[in-house]
Amino acid sequence: MRTKKIKGIKFGLLSSKEIRKMSASRIITPDTYGEDGFPIERGLVNQQIGVIDPGLRCKTCGGRMGECPGHFGHIDLEAAVIHIGYAKLIYRILTATCRKCGKVLLGEEDRKQFLEEIERQKERQADVGEVVKLVFKEAAKSRVCMYCGEPQQRIKYDKPTAYKEIDEDEKERRLMPNDVRERLEQIPDEDVALFGMDPKNARPEWMVLTVLPVPPVTARPSITLESGQRSEDDLTHKLVDIIRINQRFMENRDAGAPQLIIEDLWELLQYHINTYFDNDIAGVPPARHRSGRPLKTISQRLKGKEGRFRGSLSGKRVNFSARTVISPDPDIDIDEVGVPEAIAKELTITVNVTERNFDVMRETVRRGRTHPGVNYVRRSDGRKVKVTESNYETLAEELDFGWKVERHIQDGDIVLFNRQPSLHRLSIMAHYVMIMPGRTFRLNPTVCPPYNADYDGDEMNMHVLQTEEARAEAKILMAVQRNIISPRFGRPIIGSIHDYITGLFLLTKGEKRFEKEKVLDILHKIDVEDLGEPAGTFEPPEGYEVSGTKGDEVRPIPYWTEKQVFSMILPRGLNLEFQGKTCAKCVERGEECKKEKCSRDAYVMIQDGNLVSGIIDENALGSFKGIIIARIFRQHGEEITKTFIKNVSRLAINYIKQAGFSFGISDEDIPKEGKEQIREEAVHEAEKKVERLIRAYEGGELEALPGRKLEETLELLIMQELGRARDYSGDIAERYLGIENPGVLMAKSGARGSMLNLTQMAACVGQQSVRGERIKRGYRGRTLPHFKPGDRSADAHGFVRASFKDGLSPTEYFFHAVGGREALVDTAVRTSQSGYFQRRLINALQDLEVKNDGTVRETRGTVVQFKYGDDGVDPSKSDSGKFVDVDEVIRESLKVET
Amino acid sequence: MKKERVSILEHELVPKHEIVGEEKVAELLDAYKIKKEQLTKIKLSDPVIKEIKAEVDDVVRITRRSRIAGKSLSYRLVIE
Ligand SMILES: [Mg+2]
Ligand SMILES: [Zn+2]
Ligand SMILES: [Zn+2]
Ligand SMILES: [Zn+2]
Repeated sequence: MRTKKIKGIKFGLLSSKEIRKMSASRIITPDTYGEDGFPIERGLVNQQIGVIDPGLRCKTCGGRMGECPGHFGHIDLEAAVIHIGYAKLIYRILTATCRKCGKVLLGEEDRKQFLEEIERQKERQADVGEVVKLVFKEAAKSRVCMYCGEPQQRIKYDKPTAYKEIDEDEKERRLMPNDVRERLEQIPDEDVALFGMDPKNARPEWMVLTVLPVPPVTARPSITLESGQRSEDDLTHKLVDIIRINQRFMENRDAGAPQLIIEDLWELLQYHINTYFDNDIAGVPPARHRSGRPLKTISQRLKGKEGRFRGSLSGKRVNFSARTVISPDPDIDIDEVGVPEAIAKELTITVNVTERNFDVMRETVRRGRTHPGVNYVRRSDGRKVKVTESNYETLAEELDFGWKVERHIQDGDIVLFNRQPSLHRLSIMAHYVMIMPGRTFRLNPTVCPPYNADYDGDEMNMHVLQTEEARAEAKILMAVQRNIISPRFGRPIIGSIHDYITGLFLLTKGEKRFEKEKVLDILHKIDVEDLGEPAGTFEPPEGYEVSGTKGDEVRPIPYWTEKQVFSMILPRGLNLEFQGKTCAKCVERGEECKKEKCSRDAYVMIQDGNLVSGIIDENALGSFKGIIIARIFRQHGEEITKTFIKNVSRLAINYIKQAGFSFGISDEDIPKEGKEQIREEAVHEAEKKVERLIRAYEGGELEALPGRKLEETLELLIMQELGRARDYSGDIAERYLGIENPGVLMAKSGARGSMLNLTQMAACVGQQSVRGERIKRGYRGRTLPHFKPGDRSADAHGFVRASFKDGLSPTEYFFHAVGGREALVDTAVRTSQSGYFQRRLINALQDLEVKNDGTVRETRGTVVQFKYGDDGVDPSKSDSGKFVDVDEVIRESLKVET
Repeated sequence: MKKERVSILEHELVPKHEIVGEEKVAELLDAYKIKKEQLTKIKLSDPVIKEIKAEVDDVVRITRRSRIAGKSLSYRLVIE
């Protein structure tokens, strides 16, 4: 194929001559189809301007429906009409040119300078708009023509398409479109250039229409309703109106009707042509369908999200795609997707029948439309045959090399899976199909983070790849396991979530002894070849039955520790040390980290694939953190990581199923003493301090903080005090709940929720705020009528002392709603703003490319950056954005030394 | 009051700009297999360009401090 380069795009106006030249038919009748059902000659759907009826041939090019692209026709307008799209520009040109000689009202010197400036801008390929604006501004100032001496009159523009001239006596005179056209015709070619227009492509008078092009019928096809009635396109309706008025205008003028009637008809013609171009003009009633629906005319077809540009050209609907609700399935792999059979039977892959796949394909065709079967076959001559209940057996018999078979998708096919909004590249990844019963797509929960999906009714899209190249590319670049490390921050985005983390946390916390059967239970469905040496043995307790023992024989039972069990899924050769989530930040507090001897067991140490110490939590395996996953990915590659994630998930589920885990409303209960303590020590104490602050303020004893007003200082101190109160009550609650509390456990392990959430549920909701301040709006001097004016106390300004479990008082509830509303509005505003910002960024950056030499270049080859990201690192192959982890390298090399 | 003129080059937010010698330019263009026009541009009216007295068609090297890479280099062609 020869490629051509686009040198430029030229925009211009159509002259009447050109419109007539490209017209295949002059249209004179407003009718479409005749009694016989055939298009009427010279009508709006006549056979010279295209065919939309099967069996008919185009009278211009001879093509059938589908072959003939359609041809323009034209309507000769009986009266000139302003083109609404140029109405404003016409006005500007009128004010800038002489009413008698048509020259632009600029002195020779100015004229020359402006022309030169426009030329310069064009050379630079820059916008001439600014210069042209100045031309209009300058020229409109002249009261008298400097060339012919004609005094100029003021021109008034009456939206949308009327112009009036006002003489010295303030008398108005309407400029009819033909007057306007005459004036524009007078402007010399050399002056047209001053408006930034090229007189060869766009003469100003062409903005006043005397001929109206009629788009081909193919651009406005009529549809046949079920009743057999024809329904015409909105554009055709509009053109009918135009022709009718045009005709009436002619008849009236020829009959010598009074000027008033002529002008009315002229106005009506203008209205119809205006709404034909744009049916959404400010101040003009839109043209309506008989049903009252506004007509969709040319501008409505192009504009906006659903318009031709954004809707049909930049974005299209696609075939071979499916959409449904997603639901979880922890038993499928992370790179699999469960597809309902009903969907699999609609989506196909085209297979060429060859010697090598002949038998398989014949079997497939023989199944007909039952899954995994076929929907269509294409014979060697290219004829497409729909597979039906009655023909599939014959088709299977006739099947031959060179045929193409459109077979259902089946297990193992590769597809693209997507969830909107597609904010990063991980929003579309390649998955392997697994056909399942049911109506939902099934997705492994560990792949939720990259898609930002959950199962509260989220829907996702699936696209079936149609070419071998696409499948190869998807497999190599888009497979889920390829994208475990996020290109956004260089850490795993796929990892354990929610209950998986809880399970692992429960498993590895505290010293546990598992006998062999327990170990095997926990390792159910995990591929472990060798349990290794048990950590020790314990004496069986009284009445304990051990399989394989006889009578009174007492045999010590071997056991494995929780750390050993976890180690069984770790790959050999893994060495790692890091702090877990439960670390008390000893180092930051100036104490020494006791490492593997940490009293909280917060220091994770892995040696040669053995967990020596530490509790496994979010830091180790969670998505976004996942220190262990990151290391395995870099050290052992994506396949082993994929297996590891699968194993970790199973281990976690197996254990949490055994241990049991639940969270209920009663888990937010705090014993009476605890409640008392929160009320007295935290809340009441804080309220007293607030009162003291207020008294100090009112007594003038409060000292302003640097850079703050006295009142601001007071507010600040109160906020601080109440914030402390909530934190303190949270601490008390935590003490009473204890680590065994499932809520605390989830927060501490990073599975779900935070200590703040728990504090608010169990202890104290705390201060509500609007724009970072206490709530102060409402009535004069007070927030609600329940309070005295001037009351500065905590509860009068949005401090909620209750917990969610206790329930809020009516005023507290109201304040909470006030604060909550702000959060809601904020997120709504943020998402729309960041969405638009991202759209602009993508439009600006989409053509940049990293070349083989590491430079970033745009399409012309201009170097935008000499080294990608200044360091040449691909973040999705990095370690938290760094090329290497220096500490790790040192540790590893020290190990080799010893 | 007399205003004291301070060179903008002294300002800590202005990265180092220097005119690249002709030979070095040739080397650079050769290394990346590009033409001069494929460099990013900087206007002659740019305050730094005025300050270092670069002329149209000169190539300037800009050395920036980079949070990611420590130091980053870029080259710009001076245009009108
Ligand atoms: Mg959701
Ligand atoms: Zn045709
Ligand atoms: Zn004149
Ligand atoms: Zn520690």
